[in-house]
Amino acid sequence: MKILVAVKRVIDYNAKVRVKADNTDVDLNNTKMAINPFCEIAVEEAIRLKEAGSASEVIVVSIGPKACQEQIRTALALGADRGIQVETADYPESLNVAKLLAQVVRDEQPGLIIMGKQAIDSDNNQTGQMLSALLDMPQGTFASEVKLEGDKAQVTREVDGGLQTLSLNLPAIITTDLRLNEPRFASLPNIMKAKRKPLAVTSPETLGVELKQHSTLLKVTPPTERSAGILVNSVDELVEKLKNEAKVL
Amino acid sequence: MSTYTPPLQDANFVLDQLIGIDQLCEELQLEDINTELASVIIEEAGKLASEVLAPLNAVGDANGATVANGQVTETAGFADAYEQFIANGWATLTGPEQFGGQNLPNVLGTAVNELWHSSNMAFALCPMLSQGAVEALIAHGSDALKEQYLPPLISGEWTGTMNLTEPNAGSDLAAVAAKAVPSGDHYKISGQKIFITWGDHQMTSNVVHLVLARLPDAPAGVKGISLFIVPKYRLDEQGQPSELNDVSCISLEHKMGIHGSPTCVMSFGDNDGAVGYLVGEKNKGLRYMFTMMNHARQTVGLQGLSISERAYQQALQYSQERFQGTHRDGSKIAIIEHPDVRRMLMAMKAGNEAMRALAFSAAADIDRAHNGDDSAKKRVELYTPIVKGWMTELAQELTSLNIQVHGGMGFIEETGAAQHYRDARILPIYEGTTGIQALDLIGRKTLFDKGEALKGLHSDIEETINALKASDNQSLSGFTAQLENALQRATEAGNWILDNTAEDPRLMGNVSFDNLMMMGYLVGGWLMARSALLASQQDSDNSAYSSAFLEGKIATASFYAEHYLPRVNQHADTVLTGLKSTFSLDIEQLQGA
Ligand SMILES: Cc1cc2nc3c(=O)[nH]c(=O)nc-3n(C[C@H](O)[C@H](O)[C@H](O)COP(=O)(O)OP(=O)(O)OC[C@H]3O[C@@H](n4cnc5c(N)ncnc54)[C@H](O)[C@@H]3O)c2cc1C
Repeated sequence: MKILVAVKRVIDYNAKVRVKADNTDVDLNNTKMAINPFCEIAVEEAIRLKEAGSASEVIVVSIGPKACQEQIRTALALGADRGIQVETADYPESLNVAKLLAQVVRDEQPGLIIMGKQAIDSDNNQTGQMLSALLDMPQGTFASEVKLEGDKAQVTREVDGGLQTLSLNLPAIITTDLRLNEPRFASLPNIMKAKRKPLAVTSPETLGVELKQHSTLLKVTPPTERSAGILVNSVDELVEKLKNEAKVL
Repeated sequence: MSTYTPPLQDANFVLDQLIGIDQLCEELQLEDINTELASVIIEEAGKLASEVLAPLNAVGDANGATVANGQVTETAGFADAYEQFIANGWATLTGPEQFGGQNLPNVLGTAVNELWHSSNMAFALCPMLSQGAVEALIAHGSDALKEQYLPPLISGEWTGTMNLTEPNAGSDLAAVAAKAVPSGDHYKISGQKIFITWGDHQMTSNVVHLVLARLPDAPAGVKGISLFIVPKYRLDEQGQPSELNDVSCISLEHKMGIHGSPTCVMSFGDNDGAVGYLVGEKNKGLRYMFTMMNHARQTVGLQGLSISERAYQQALQYSQERFQGTHRDGSKIAIIEHPDVRRMLMAMKAGNEAMRALAFSAAADIDRAHNGDDSAKKRVELYTPIVKGWMTELAQELTSLNIQVHGGMGFIEETGAAQHYRDARILPIYEGTTGIQALDLIGRKTLFDKGEALKGLHSDIEETINALKASDNQSLSGFTAQLENALQRATEAGNWILDNTAEDPRLMGNVSFDNLMMMGYLVGGWLMARSALLASQQDSDNSAYSSAFLEGKIATASFYAEHYLPRVNQHADTVLTGLKSTFSLDIEQLQGA
């Protein structure tokens, strides 16, 4: 069985986010970029399933400009087998991404698709769900545990009320939550091998997908700066301030 | 406790722009090793360094290794970290492919080593010593010894040590007294070695000691010392560790720093003699040590950079969190806004970038020298004492500045600034003291070839000055003049040394330290100037480096020129006096009669 993993190139979670002076967007010029942390968890899960003998091949897909090949290489260095880049000028919105992925899935016929529950840049939490609808496949979102048994995947989901365990018919789509696993560090031999692993480049045209713009980014503003804190002299004073100044009690 | 962020952008810049690693790897016929791969490797190593090794640094400081019944137990947590370190293949980086290594160039190994030593120097000493043992075996071991010992040493499954020092043989290794007596196909080694780094631990299934000792019929002095390999556990027929050899750690030193690195008193042959095997030919041990010296000494120099970089990062963070003073509008002033604190931060940043440029350049020349490039070989010889001597001395100042930035909190152990300062203090001592480096630079590296290598360096610096003059970038003109002046003074001092000290060992010794420091500040200034020139030539719209970084490079080079280049003049002034009054007091007068 093949596992297909989608990875997104996003601003590194350690990097300081700057907003462009004209408030049109976040300034990504020379900012450190990385694999979206949830996608990294997806890669790790796929590799673990392969190591456990449940999968034969792990394919990583990323959609974006050439630079996103770096993230594909990182996934290959972690142990994925081959990569596919869908070259686009920019980072398309979720529905376009879902359509592109759907076509890749039709071509590759994976038994399982694992992706992050959301990207830390746009925070949409919808691409996996959209893909599931487009492909008419079962979905297990916010997974904190995944087990494969025969032609079914057992997925434990983190929901508001606690944990919910689903059994999905394969092929299925799983989106990862933070506690699914702790991604490994790339090993030096795997970094060296990653250079030689195949990385195919394709395009929306080749996949026969027309990108449509459904929404427009109007404005980005940075959060208001936190003002300096104050020291209080007693618990009473704290409570008083919380009640009367902050009005949170 | 201080966190650690690998300085990826500067490392990339030095490798890609200053060294030209793409072209270097072509020269070395290492296809598909290039800037891009190097940056991925450094970034991935950086994750292990910052997330696994760095948090253990303070742990090792507070809970050093312990010894009982001849066996050392390392700091808790080190074994797991080591396991991860070798499982991820980091020990194999520069080893030859034939024995399981990745055969990557030394310059890349150096860039990665910087991260290990920044994150946890006490820990990183262990793989560093193994690498020394690997080099010795590759260069001088028989095929049989290589087959047996290299694969597990390169993978990191076993670790290696260097057993040179004895109570009466430190700087003067000619005084080594440990004995080796032939016994069938091997030798029986006996004697005591002191100060042996990572001489024992429980992280691996074997420890391989390289030991200097004398054969019964050996001539006295330097020409009678041989090199032996002595495993902690003897190997069985399959080459697997079996019974304990007659070697043990009889005590651990209580040290000022690097508490996480066990410094062992080792005893060989207390019972029936430790089984050892001769490496190479007999009586050539010291000469073999010299062939490995460039790499080992440069790595200690690199530790000076590593620890100063960590100290800088800590100072930078603290200076933004600590407020002293009030602005007119009533807001508090972060100490980073005070000019004197800025000066200290800039001194650290400029010093570190100069050291990185030098350490990587010297490492790249080792690659070229191994590849048969004779002029690179001469340059390596000249650089090595500068890398080791100057960088470890500068590290004293920079780690001390970190404490100063912290004010009183710097003196308080809990802050962690003191650890970097204490840890750094060993650097100008082991692997040849600063005094020994200074003599090496002035004697073997300057007088011996009548200044040929030195003049080659001077003319390279001259070339950069001409290129700087030819540039129309205004921001470079200030330090061009300063560099030119420094070169002129250093040339004057160099010529004086060549003319006056060749026949006068005392005079040579007097000025050796100032010559070393003068050369360090000069080379550092040259490489910073070249870096600034390269930064100024980048097309900022189309560069892999941010414009903030590129501007920063030029500004940092300017600070270096203003702050450090005048020290070239000062040391040159001292050299030119011959420091003649060094011996004007006799010992009684020194005692204050
Ligand atoms: C923490 C630690 C770890 C170490 N690890 C190892 C190890 O793994 N393996 C190993 O073999 N050794 C190791 N050493 C030993 C180390 O290499 C020696 O301490 C060092 O070479 C200096 O020798 P010494 O201590 O005998 O000092 P000495 O040689 O007694 O030096 C004392 C002073 O005299 C000066 N001096 C000596 N001779 C000359 C000269 N000819 N000209 C000018 N000045 C001179 C020195 O510069 C120094 O200032 C370690 C030491 C320490 C403290």
